[in-house]
Amino acid sequence: MNLVVNGNDVNIPDSVQTVLALLNHFQLENKIVIVEINHSIINKSLYEETNISDGDHIEIVHFVGGG
Amino acid sequence: MSDRYSRQILFSPIGKEGQAKLKNKHVLIVGAGALGAANAEVLARAGVGRITIADRDYVEWSNLQRQQLYTEEDAKQRMPKATAAAKRLRKINSDVEISPHILDVGVQELEALITHVDLIIDAADNFDIRLMINDLAQKREIPWIYGGCVGSYGLSFSILPGLSPCLMCLMETIPIERVTCDTAGVIQPAIQMVVSYQTSEAFKILVEDDQSLRRTLVSFDLWKNHHRSIDVSSLKKQECLSCGKNRSYPNLSYKNQLKTAVLCGRDTVQIRPSHSLPINLNHLADLIGDQGIKVEQNPFLLSFAVEDVRLVIFKDGRALVHGVTDVVKAKSLYHRYLG
Repeated sequence: MNLVVNGNDVNIPDSVQTVLALLNHFQLENKIVIVEINHSIINKSLYEETNISDGDHIEIVHFVGGG
Repeated sequence: MSDRYSRQILFSPIGKEGQAKLKNKHVLIVGAGALGAANAEVLARAGVGRITIADRDYVEWSNLQRQQLYTEEDAKQRMPKATAAAKRLRKINSDVEISPHILDVGVQELEALITHVDLIIDAADNFDIRLMINDLAQKREIPWIYGGCVGSYGLSFSILPGLSPCLMCLMETIPIERVTCDTAGVIQPAIQMVVSYQTSEAFKILVEDDQSLRRTLVSFDLWKNHHRSIDVSSLKKQECLSCGKNRSYPNLSYKNQLKTAVLCGRDTVQIRPSHSLPINLNHLADLIGDQGIKVEQNPFLLSFAVEDVRLVIFKDGRALVHGVTDVVKAKSLYHRYLG
């Protein structure tokens, strides 16, 4: 499956079907993130049930504490 | 009146009226590291009337690459950042009333600092303090501007009580991972970019140009050439414990406050006594010196080395124990010398 993640074209295995699986794929499951798919924010409680599809534009913003 | 602010007044969204408003405003900057120093310089040059700046740390050599208010002399003397910042800011703009505070910001301290403040700039280096700011800002209905930065990446969001989601709405929990500037590094341009976002929003808030506020979560990676701005308003939660209808301000409760903190992955533990007791540094220096230990001292703190560990004791009784990450060991050393 081809996605655009944070502005970059990426190819991920077809087994990755949900937002949660995508975060696991990028090893971000333990980080505090905000996920936007095609300009819609996905609520955290829906990561497991929200499917991703070929061609989706996905933004993943993570919070950092440095200052 | 000199033409000190002429170029800013010529900028029509500020103008004479905006400039007068800036002069009457009071901004609290929490943290005087890279973000704090840069924010403070912009606000002082712009002519904000009062700036209060609070920080628990002192200047080290590794700060000089990006913490723009500090000099080699400050690092040599281990000057507290709040003091060094105030000294430099007063040279930059003597019209601004600068109030430096050398302290570890906890709920009590923040409650005191926040009085008569129009805006809080977050320049902290950890989420414990940010969430305290978050809840107290909601309680007192003061806007605050989050900023965070690591590597070439940074982000910012303005929390406007009653209007925007708060940081708890966005994060839901405190991050577990601790990637920090001290483990992953950070470059100055990323700091400046976060500060540009923070200070432009600060200007808009201070001159009361609400219509121009950005209202999005902005993030960027300067090395990967990526920028984005996301509308997160849908994440504002009615049931949020910090800003929702039945709020309890969980981040202000005692059990959620740290008494010891491992600082930024740099092998340092901070010990904070449960009650603040001023310490007579001269007396303590004599006591430790009597044990054959070499003590270095300035008017704000003293430091000495023991067992490959360096202890730095501030006047308010706080200590930074460098060279350990083990809180228990740090505490035992603290108690050995401070009782």
